[in-house]
Amino acid sequence: MAAVTLLEARGLTRSFGGLRAVDHVDFTLNSGEIHALIGPNGAGKTTFVSLLSGRLQPDAGQIRFDGADVTRLPAHARVAQGIAYTFQITSIYAGLTVADNLALAVQRHPTRDLAGETARAAARVGLGDHLGQVAGLLSYGHQRLLEIGMGLALRPRLLILDEPTQGLANKEIEGFTALIRSLLPETTVLLIEHNMDVVMALADRITVLNFGKVLASGAPAEIRANRAVQDAYLGGHHAAD
Amino acid sequence: MTRVLVLHLAVLAGLAALGAVLPAYHHGMMARILMLAVYAIGYNIAFGYTGLLSLGHAMFLGAGMMAAGLWVQQGGSAAAALGLGALAGLGAATLTGVLALRTAGVSFMIVTLMFAQAFYLTLLYFGAITGGDEGFPLPAAGRQLMGLDLSQDGPRYAVALAIFAVALLVQLALVRSRFGRTLVAMRENEERSRMLGYNPFTTKLAALAISGLFSGVAGAGYGLLFGYVGASFATIQYSILPMLYVLLGGAGTTLGPLLGAVLMFYLIDTASSLTELSLAVIGAALLFLVLFAPKGILGTLRDRGIRWLP
Repeated sequence: MAAVTLLEARGLTRSFGGLRAVDHVDFTLNSGEIHALIGPNGAGKTTFVSLLSGRLQPDAGQIRFDGADVTRLPAHARVAQGIAYTFQITSIYAGLTVADNLALAVQRHPTRDLAGETARAAARVGLGDHLGQVAGLLSYGHQRLLEIGMGLALRPRLLILDEPTQGLANKEIEGFTALIRSLLPETTVLLIEHNMDVVMALADRITVLNFGKVLASGAPAEIRANRAVQDAYLGGHHAAD
Repeated sequence: MTRVLVLHLAVLAGLAALGAVLPAYHHGMMARILMLAVYAIGYNIAFGYTGLLSLGHAMFLGAGMMAAGLWVQQGGSAAAALGLGALAGLGAATLTGVLALRTAGVSFMIVTLMFAQAFYLTLLYFGAITGGDEGFPLPAAGRQLMGLDLSQDGPRYAVALAIFAVALLVQLALVRSRFGRTLVAMRENEERSRMLGYNPFTTKLAALAISGLFSGVAGAGYGLLFGYVGASFATIQYSILPMLYVLLGGAGTTLGPLLGAVLMFYLIDTASSLTELSLAVIGAALLFLVLFAPKGILGTLRDRGIRWLP
């Protein structure tokens, strides 16, 4: 297949003190795919996507988005280019209403019908009945959905989701996977996820990080069969196949 | 939307009616309070809505006042002096913001405070022009605005109310606009705002510039209405006052600055006529406020049920 590269990282490195959280990572994201990033705790997943989104600056390496070098671009400018990031630890405007939270994302694009588009953005993540509620008083699951809804409302070309299903109920997870699938192919999705059922159900490709390095990258079946991945992450005992 | 507009127009109508019935002493007081309320509205945009705790707003007030005063002293018109005051406040705030907004929180307070102190000392240093500590009175010829003699009680109150009305309604429109929502977002969660694509620096700089513009107009208006400008308006005391007004009335509420200015002004006036310890009375009032209504009067009312209060 003729995959078009949307984002490319070369030699990306970032240290904290003596710890190399991300160590010379090469990474390619194809346009229109769902790409899962997995690995044990502390493998550098969040640091890596923070480098991509611009929340952190790399010590070395280069990031190209849609052909242009964005390595030195500040985070807000990358968002304007179409890279949206949803936080692992829910980061919403707790004191504002659900409607205001979403409107802040919706109004990034010129629109005449802000209220209508905001209501649609809420309905999309199942928060249509909660528009007037103060976001900080929502249940945890609903706050996660609001966080995702804000990311979607930006209409990004690349949506980076940092452990989106953490704290969601099973039924909400089903809705979430359907929602993410509905984004394709306009939006490319990069997903950090610990729930392997979600990863296997959604991902076209998987990259495994361990100790800041890429351990393996490929289709879900290849990753599942990879011994090194099994040792590092998938439980340690080797699967029968 | 309509009831919000009705409320604000009713407040303005009430102030107009007050102008007709107040005795001379309170007439002058209210004109003063209205100018200080315009100043507090400016402070509210930066502090109440955007979350920028500045201790340097006296510089913006003083810059507007001094620009207007010097202009009128040189024979310029009062109308142009108001515009010049606005520009001076805007310019001073923009310059301060470009440098001070590299910091946040306590550092921002200290840097803005130092800018304002440097400005105050500069005014004293150029005392030959600014009148230094003494300031200078404005010539009567320069205190004519659209045929109104600002040294007369009636016209003075009318002009004060007109300036306040514009400031109040512009503030209302601003905070209910998309840009206003962006300011609140910056106050509530800067990192989230950044990751929605908002540039924190330029957003906060714009808020501070607008805040400075209101402060500059208030300074120019105050000088023109009361015929005197001086460096004393650029002292730290005048940076603290709008913060007290806004905290008392309710930070991040459109009518909080007016309510806070009226109450605090009369509290200080009453306390100082009763006792030498007027500052202690104010201190006690502030303690009470912080302990029992940290969101100010209107902020507390909004929490307790009047949710639609802007």
